[in-house]
Amino acid sequence: MSASDRARAGVPPSTEAVNRPRQDMTLLVEDIHKSFGGVQAVAGVSLSVGAGELLALIGPNGAGKSTCFNMLNGQLKPDRGRIVLKGQDIAGLPPRRIWRLGVGRTFQITATFASMSVLENVQMALLSHAHRLFDIWNPVTREDPARAMALLERVGMAAQAQRPCGVLAYGDLKRVELAIALANDPALLLMDEPTAGMAPSERVALMELTANIARNSGIAVLFTEHDMEVVFAHADRILVLDRGRPIAEGLPAEVRADPRVREVYLGTGATHGIA
Amino acid sequence: MTIALPRRAALLGAAATLAAPAVHAQEGPIRIGEINSYSAQPAFLTPYRNAWMMAQDEVNAAGGINGRRIETVFRDDGGRPEDAVRHAGELVNNERVALLSGGFLSNVGLAVADFANQNRRLYVASEPLTDALVWARGNRFTFRLRPSTYMQCAMLVEEAAKLPARRWATVAPNYEYGQSAVRWFKELLTRAKPDVQFVAEQFPALGRIDAGATVQALAGANPEAIFNVTFGADLTNFVRQGSTRGLFERRSVVSLLTGEPEYLDPLGDEAPEGWIVTGYPWEELNTEGHTRFRENYRRRFNTHPRLGSVVAYDTVSAIVAMLRKSGGTGTDAMIEAMRGLTFPTAFGEAEVEFRAIDHQSTLGAYIGRTALRRGRGVMVDWRYADGRNYLPTDEVVRTLRPQG
Amino acid sequence: MVQGLSGLASASSLFLVASGLTVIFGVTRIVNFAHGSLYMMGAYLSWTLVTALPRGHLGFWGGVLVAALIVGVIGVLIEVLLLRRIYKAPELFQLLGTFGVVLIVQDVALMIWGPQDLLGPRAPGLRGAVEILGVRFPLYELFLIAVGPVVLGLLWLLFHRTRWGTTVRAATADREMVGALGVNQRMLFTTVFFLGSVLAGLGGALQLPRESVNLQMDLAIIAEAFVVVVIGGLGSLPGAFLAALLLGQLQAFGILIFPKITLVLAFLVMAVVLVVRPHGLLGRPPASAHAAHVVEPPYPPATPLARNLGFAALALAVLVPPFMGEFALIVFTEIAIMVLFAASLHFIMGPGGMASFGHAAYFGLGAYGAALLAKHFAAPMELGLFAAPLMAGFAGVVFGWFCVRLSGVYAAMLTLAFAQIAWSTAFQWVEITGGDNGILGVWPSAWAQPKLVYYYMALVLCVGVTLLLRRAIFAPFGYALRAGRDSPLRAEAIGMDGFRIRWVAFILAAIAAGIAGGLFAYAKGSVFPTYMAIPRSVDALLMVLLGGVQTVSGPIVGALAYTWIHEQLMRSFDLWRLFLGSVIVALVLFFPQGLVGAAQRLTERRK
Ligand SMILES: Nc1ncnc2c1ncn2[C@@H]1O[C@H](COP(=O)(O)OP(=O)(O)OP(=O)(O)O)[C@@H](O)[C@H]1O
Ligand SMILES: [Mg+2]
Repeated sequence: MSASDRARAGVPPSTEAVNRPRQDMTLLVEDIHKSFGGVQAVAGVSLSVGAGELLALIGPNGAGKSTCFNMLNGQLKPDRGRIVLKGQDIAGLPPRRIWRLGVGRTFQITATFASMSVLENVQMALLSHAHRLFDIWNPVTREDPARAMALLERVGMAAQAQRPCGVLAYGDLKRVELAIALANDPALLLMDEPTAGMAPSERVALMELTANIARNSGIAVLFTEHDMEVVFAHADRILVLDRGRPIAEGLPAEVRADPRVREVYLGTGATHGIA
Repeated sequence: MTIALPRRAALLGAAATLAAPAVHAQEGPIRIGEINSYSAQPAFLTPYRNAWMMAQDEVNAAGGINGRRIETVFRDDGGRPEDAVRHAGELVNNERVALLSGGFLSNVGLAVADFANQNRRLYVASEPLTDALVWARGNRFTFRLRPSTYMQCAMLVEEAAKLPARRWATVAPNYEYGQSAVRWFKELLTRAKPDVQFVAEQFPALGRIDAGATVQALAGANPEAIFNVTFGADLTNFVRQGSTRGLFERRSVVSLLTGEPEYLDPLGDEAPEGWIVTGYPWEELNTEGHTRFRENYRRRFNTHPRLGSVVAYDTVSAIVAMLRKSGGTGTDAMIEAMRGLTFPTAFGEAEVEFRAIDHQSTLGAYIGRTALRRGRGVMVDWRYADGRNYLPTDEVVRTLRPQG
Repeated sequence: MVQGLSGLASASSLFLVASGLTVIFGVTRIVNFAHGSLYMMGAYLSWTLVTALPRGHLGFWGGVLVAALIVGVIGVLIEVLLLRRIYKAPELFQLLGTFGVVLIVQDVALMIWGPQDLLGPRAPGLRGAVEILGVRFPLYELFLIAVGPVVLGLLWLLFHRTRWGTTVRAATADREMVGALGVNQRMLFTTVFFLGSVLAGLGGALQLPRESVNLQMDLAIIAEAFVVVVIGGLGSLPGAFLAALLLGQLQAFGILIFPKITLVLAFLVMAVVLVVRPHGLLGRPPASAHAAHVVEPPYPPATPLARNLGFAALALAVLVPPFMGEFALIVFTEIAIMVLFAASLHFIMGPGGMASFGHAAYFGLGAYGAALLAKHFAAPMELGLFAAPLMAGFAGVVFGWFCVRLSGVYAAMLTLAFAQIAWSTAFQWVEITGGDNGILGVWPSAWAQPKLVYYYMALVLCVGVTLLLRRAIFAPFGYALRAGRDSPLRAEAIGMDGFRIRWVAFILAAIAAGIAGGLFAYAKGSVFPTYMAIPRSVDALLMVLLGGVQTVSGPIVGALAYTWIHEQLMRSFDLWRLFLGSVIVALVLFFPQGLVGAAQRLTERRK
């Protein structure tokens, strides 16, 4: 039974997913904080994600979701708190080091190499993974494209492999980002609004795909999403943030029923899916 | 502005210049390759080129050299020695010039001199003042017309030593010319008057003097006399700030080149009075030769000659005299003719000689004091300082110049 | 004390020019090289007006103001006729156009006002001096000291109390916002250009009672004005004011201790400030990283046509020279060297996205590396040519380490600062480098003396290294470099160390430029500080931009075209600057993507 089926049926997810011993978790975050000047963007968030698990981080605009992501992948240094990846504290490491430890990431506003083709974008990640960036001799065009193509195949972008990223539709860029993020066989995938800018049918398909990859390869996934249908259909667990603070955590059904969550969402008017 | 130059409006046909050069008939005109910083130093070089054309036309009108006309190919180096060297290559190889001439900036002069040495061509340097050109880096192929930095400093020191002043300050543009002028002045003055003291020196960047601060810094050292080497725009700004701030009051000023119309004219009625300067009193200089030169120049260009005009005219005169003497355009013959060559100067003074010992000409300069007449700066109480009296002894020269 | 006052007066004049520059840059992001020309025109025009108008207060001050306004109109003309058409061109491309304007103005000013320096009258009522602490101080300087703060105050009012000013500030903070606000962007840019030009013109006009008006004013002021703008922080008026004060004071007091420091003082200060504060004293990092982001086109592999053209050109370069005269060989050698020099700059500028305003430093250091060995150790050419890239590469290691941390114009200006420091070292360290008289007698070894042999050697090295650079661009390293340019965020997120990649690229570019410089030294037989002076750095920029910075073959074509045009014009015309400037302006207008960019478009359209 997939998570979405379970969610639809209102069945709680298997208990071992919730109560797994914390040391086994791929990612363990304890009480991280971040403020920008006077703005407390993140205040005391703790969470954990296990292999093959999908944790959704939701909350209204400005709740601090992206800031959390930025701390997890090293773009920002937390003011306080621990971030433990597979037993190693990674708080404050630069993004490139964290990536090498197995953290892939997609961005809320897509970040790809516009002057390169889709295939080359993925190849860059592979070359980086293979420590071959300082090669000044072998043309990239003569690299074997098989692995990159396989990744593109997985996200459904193989047909557009030769197009420059600068001209792609937004939804396609998100797919390319996913392929890039998967290139180093990550243990943890951070996806900041992976389906923004896509048509509803596409969104479901992409998250279905992500969930499958995550479960099959044992990747822990942390994602944010404004589309509640997507969230409740795919997340194993949900963590709700409001103004930097966690206000609820639990299984989709529990979160759905939580009065504080309803208040926050009703307050901001973003209520789709919560009813 | 009057520029007389045979224009080669040959941009499209320029490809031809890169093809194998045409061979000029032996009896065609004698060609001179003249390289100068025309676009970078127009104030000096526009009158220079005018007088050059005048001299050339006079020679050709008088039948040329043994029936052969002289012809000049001008090139603008834009103030960059590397471009001057490229032009030299083009003039020698494509334009088939018999010799090279020109040069305003010292480093351009040195670059062309080195080219001449390497390519075994005669180079008659007209204006570059650096001593290195004929001494430290002198070579067999290079001759220089203008009195050098050393010579002009020696001329001024002669006057400066007569002043009662003991505390001196110096101000000079920060490049080789300014630095070596200050060095020679200090050395020669100390030799002439061992008790002088140098209490301040300022080296503003060439063309970018911060005149107020420089004047203030000099005044702060309270010298009795000032030796100035700045020229052009730097000089103008220095004088203006200096006179407003009273720097020159009750102080003697000894100044290189300031009596040249190029630098005195722009000062207009603000020209300083009583400075001891080297320069060119074009208005009052009424030797027979100079009067003729001045009137011819005025008739043709409707303005008075500048020092640049004299330098160009004399350069042509020297080249013509040399060609008459050598009887051909073989480099060795020309060099032989250049050594010890005597030729007339537009100053109308005694004949000038290119010394065999160091290839320096004995052309002199005028020394006098500045004064205001009819709202313009002029030189008064001037005298001609013949260059041959302001050079070190032959023994010293031999130590200065690489021999052999 | 009085020394300090002198510094204040210079600071005020400098601020006027810099304020116009910073306002223009803040809004339009144009590196306006012609700002110095506007300043010079202000001075010349006010000279003409003031000497023509009746003497007195009205004649003088009226003349000054009218001159400033005319310069404003000239600025508008430049904006409307030239710059407006190329706002969409690649970054820094406008610099090429404004440089064309500089050249044109130089010759036009020479034609109108003649070669002689002009001295304007003093300001009526402010001729004399006042006694301060027993020292006489010119009244006009006191007046200037007041002008700076007054202009700053007026500008502040303009920017904070008018709708237009608010828009300008918004546009300076975030360019995307201009569009969002729905403002008439054209109008905004034109009016900003007018204001900036008036300030430049006023700055020039107010020099009239102080300094002589001459043809070197434009280039004398422009570098310093840029330094002030950058030290202050791009787009920041108070920053420019502060920087002008700082420089004025340091200059005034610096000369008391180090009389020769004026040559580099400004650049030393800029280097220090930028190393400590990468966005200047009061500048802010750009509001959003991708606001100024332009989508760079891909680098397609050479089409068969382009490839064949390249081979044909190379075949010509190999086969024809034996049948040419000596001078043609000299020119060909020089062109080959310039191709490598341009390609080396393009390597960091194109794929790397880092402009350098001081690339001549590495060219010059290469030349000096060879020449110093030849002079002090009588080393043969082979050794000299080996030392050239070493010396340049070493400088690349040191300078690059600082420069590649910065971005955009700040990085470019830091490269300029280092280049000026290198230049002044060569200039001032007379015992070692020969100062501005340079090092002579750097001739090739006997076997390479014949021009044809030297040409082939230069060709092999230059084409070889250029092709190596090209190969690196298409290898993982070049891709990684581009990756960092396209999206630093993504590059870092897939494990790339952007700093190290850019640093290595910088070093490689320096080494390549050093090889070019070494070859140049032996081709010329002498080495001078001009090899690393600003004009040569500008040449390199022009070649790259002319050819098309967004293409791989651009620098090669640009170097060929620029060297060729420059050489021909300089040889054949009195007014070569006017012609060269016009050619550049025409190319800018008709080929805003550069020559190769235009060719690519053409072939694409045919397809
Ligand atoms: N670099 C920054 N500097 C200052 N404030 C910031 C910065 N980044 C984020 N913030 C602030 O921190 C808060 C959290 O922002 P964040 O981007 O994490 O929210 P979010 O939950 O991702 O919102 P959204 O759903 O809109 O993406 C916001 O108030 C935001 O303005
Ligand atoms: Mg977000």
